[in-house]
Amino acid sequence: MSTYPLLSFAIWIPIVAGLVVLATGSDRNAPLARMLALFGSIAAFLVTIPLWTGFDIANGGMQFVELKTWIPRFNINYHLGVDGISMLFVVLNAFITIIVVAAGWEVIQNKVAQYNAAFLIMSGLMNGIFTSLDGVLFYVFFEASLIPLYLIIGVWGGPNRVYAAFKFFLYTLFGSLLFLLALMYLFIQSGGSFSILEWHKLPIALGAQIWLFLAFMIAFAVKVPMWPVHTWLPDAHVEAPTGGSIVLAAIALKLGAYGFLRFSLPILPDASHELSGLVVALSLIAVVYIGFVALVQEDMKKLVAYSSIAHMGFVTLGFFMFSPMGVEGALVQMVSHGFVSGAMFFCIGVMYDRVHSRQIADYGGVVNKMPKFAALFMLFTMANAGLPATSGFVGEFMVILGAVKFNFWVAFAAASAMIIGAAYSLWMYKRVIFGDVANHHVEELSDINKREFAILGVLAIATLWMGLYPQPFTEVMHASVTDLLRHVAISKIQ
Amino acid sequence: MFDNFVVPDLLPAAPELFLAAMALVILMVDLLVKDSRRTVTFVLAQLTLIGCALIQFSTSTGEITYTFSNMFVDDLMSDLLKLFLYMTVLIVLFYSRGYIIEREAMNKGEYYVLALFATLGMMVMISANHFLTIYMGLELLSLSLYAMVAMNRESVVSTEAAMKYFVLGALASGLLLYGMSMIYGATGTLEITGVAERLYGGGVNKSVLVFGLVFLVSGLAFKLGVVPFHMWIPDVYHGAPTSVTLFIGSAPKLAAFAIVMRLLVNGLITMAQDWQMMLIILAVLSMAIGNLAAIAQTNLKRMLAYSAISHMGFMLLGITTGVVSGDARYALNAYSSAMFYVIAYVLTSTASFGMILLMSRAGFEADNLDDFKGLNKRSPWFAGVMLMIMFSMAGVPFFIGFFAKFSVLQAVVAAGYMWLAIVAVLFSLIGAFYYLRVVKLMYFDAPLDETPIQAGMDMRILLSANGLAIGLLGVFPQVIMSLCAYALLRSL
Repeated sequence: MSTYPLLSFAIWIPIVAGLVVLATGSDRNAPLARMLALFGSIAAFLVTIPLWTGFDIANGGMQFVELKTWIPRFNINYHLGVDGISMLFVVLNAFITIIVVAAGWEVIQNKVAQYNAAFLIMSGLMNGIFTSLDGVLFYVFFEASLIPLYLIIGVWGGPNRVYAAFKFFLYTLFGSLLFLLALMYLFIQSGGSFSILEWHKLPIALGAQIWLFLAFMIAFAVKVPMWPVHTWLPDAHVEAPTGGSIVLAAIALKLGAYGFLRFSLPILPDASHELSGLVVALSLIAVVYIGFVALVQEDMKKLVAYSSIAHMGFVTLGFFMFSPMGVEGALVQMVSHGFVSGAMFFCIGVMYDRVHSRQIADYGGVVNKMPKFAALFMLFTMANAGLPATSGFVGEFMVILGAVKFNFWVAFAAASAMIIGAAYSLWMYKRVIFGDVANHHVEELSDINKREFAILGVLAIATLWMGLYPQPFTEVMHASVTDLLRHVAISKIQ
Repeated sequence: MFDNFVVPDLLPAAPELFLAAMALVILMVDLLVKDSRRTVTFVLAQLTLIGCALIQFSTSTGEITYTFSNMFVDDLMSDLLKLFLYMTVLIVLFYSRGYIIEREAMNKGEYYVLALFATLGMMVMISANHFLTIYMGLELLSLSLYAMVAMNRESVVSTEAAMKYFVLGALASGLLLYGMSMIYGATGTLEITGVAERLYGGGVNKSVLVFGLVFLVSGLAFKLGVVPFHMWIPDVYHGAPTSVTLFIGSAPKLAAFAIVMRLLVNGLITMAQDWQMMLIILAVLSMAIGNLAAIAQTNLKRMLAYSAISHMGFMLLGITTGVVSGDARYALNAYSSAMFYVIAYVLTSTASFGMILLMSRAGFEADNLDDFKGLNKRSPWFAGVMLMIMFSMAGVPFFIGFFAKFSVLQAVVAAGYMWLAIVAVLFSLIGAFYYLRVVKLMYFDAPLDETPIQAGMDMRILLSANGLAIGLLGVFPQVIMSLCAYALLRSL
């Protein structure tokens, strides 16, 4: 086991790198800013690798723990640690940050330093969310991460960016403020502790559990996002620059789902059982109804945004069946969605950079001009539809298996989503890529360059690796998920 | 003839005496310097404040000491508040300097002398243990401020603001005096600790007392600027020269907090049930009107005025939760969180008006929201500073405003007022909108005016430090939090 504070490195290296990048100033130094950002993101990724390689898969508890006093006045501690549930997201987050920096390499020519700094700082803050074991520390990272994304959407976004940025910020702030009050209530109930691990053991009456659960749920449901509080996501995605969409889909959406596992389930097991019907129903609506909504979208980014909501529906569905298969499937789905949706948004970005349109109707016959791109895009579309041998399949299949044990009709509805998913993904692919060359914009397209090929190639390897050999991913989460479920099965009412 | 005359112990009031003497000296010295050499006055005023801080440090015993026949009290709470007061006034004068040099009518020594007298008034308020001492300090502060608001004689808006401030301020003082006389009628004493003892002893006419309390709270509400006694705030903030708005919008909040603590907590704690209910209503109304009206403003000074109303409402929440159904267990927690909130607010508010001063130049007041458009293009650094100020005011971490809101909210939740906490966070959500709009103007929009910022290097450095303090204290809030808690522990 390493003696270095790896988790602190994972949080603060990107933030410090972001500040250094910010210091390069105006766009005259853009090449330097890009190099520093790439260097910083790679360094931040390298420090997360020992987390995976040094991870003790037999241990379901917290590892790499760091504990320091932060604000003794309120007994708030700088308490970090990862278990099998959170560790993969730290690695994924650091990995996606490299992709994002590379994705904006040529495209972003305006305020390059600020752009890269915002992503690096955001990456550090999100690592903070995944590793915090103190309620206030978690909240502080949770809310602070809104600031960079607000700026990313608002400064580098599309025509309607101001509306999208405000909607994103205020929606998520609304959720998190009630969450803050719930944290304070737990602080008082536990006799003055903000430690999440202490709260896991705290007995709470059912009535209070239900209220707390609803407060947590508003915060996390907005982040996931679950139907019916999902409406900020399509707006934010459509207006955000490619990098913003990638981070949003690949990492930011996972924060809400992660919150359910870290807070709602273990702290409020009875309310979770009591209200699981509600969450399952909302998840199924997301999976089926939002799937249909995705089908009729004419904007590619909106389509993928809606498909993200549907995929996240699988995740929350998996959690609230309280079976190892369901929870692990949901976690696999979260990681896989990070690769696949990130790649999908990058593919759309590739086309947008050339044609400056996201409308499906403006494309057609792209394969004739961009064969390499079409092949890779095909892989990710298939993964998005959940084709076996891609990562998309593993998670959805595990969740559906879990659902069969839970309730046949839930499983049936969830399984139907695989068909809908295939329909909207493949139909979009067909209209954009196949057919004759539709117009002179498509005629002028040039195939992906080395940088774009490298990014898509890396993501393709990750997608296939997870699809063909998911063992390294599932084995790390197994002990922690078992622990969690054992915990959730014990009532806290006294 | 002088048999009964005892020389009072002057040591607890040493900073006040020093400041009063120095203010008179500066007034004299200023007669001898030309307008072009006004720096002398400025430096002397700054040295006076530093001197006060040093005297405060060296004379502080940490014990509660009464002097001047119990009219004046020196305790740790007053020491701490006064130290922040000196610091705030020091920063305010620093920020103001460039602004008043560019404006002929204001570039007078009186500006500094009046600021010092106002500071003296606030110091007296903070250390008052007698109704008349409070009134004396309050009037010294108010009269100095009326004059400062009107100092730019050519400006119609300023003169109007000064008139309005004067008339409404006099009304508020009247209310306060009326309330004090009622309480005197009921208890037979003007001494705050004396009032507390009489009330504790019982046998006091409750109806007269409550009647007086209503007037007292109204008068305090006027001075704090909370709804429905807030009407002067937007007009005075808007009309006053920005450097004076900066002064009104910062330091007096500390003094107002102090007299609320002296009157309601030190004096009338046994009546807590009655005044807490009143403060809750004032707080909720202030958060509602302040946050909603701020959305409609196009002038940054007016917007910050409404934001000040909502912040004072939020601060009152901390004071309202000290005593829960006769149980004062949470008192220390509640009052120290309110104190931390005020200090955090003053620090942030100073920086926000400092930004307006930084952007303005001779003949141009950068007080419209649109003047901040595209600041990120003109000066990324100061756009970043303003971003921190705005997110701090909105209560987003990692800035001090978050922990200020956090500490007050936890006091409210600890006292069991969950509904009040929910109301408070919902209005903060509304508040976040207009702070975000300023960030939007700076970052998402193109500049209307490409003139480079002209402020001097000293101003730039101090304002940057102020902005960084908002960030740093947001990461390490413990120091000030525990100072507040410790000071109140030793003073209550």
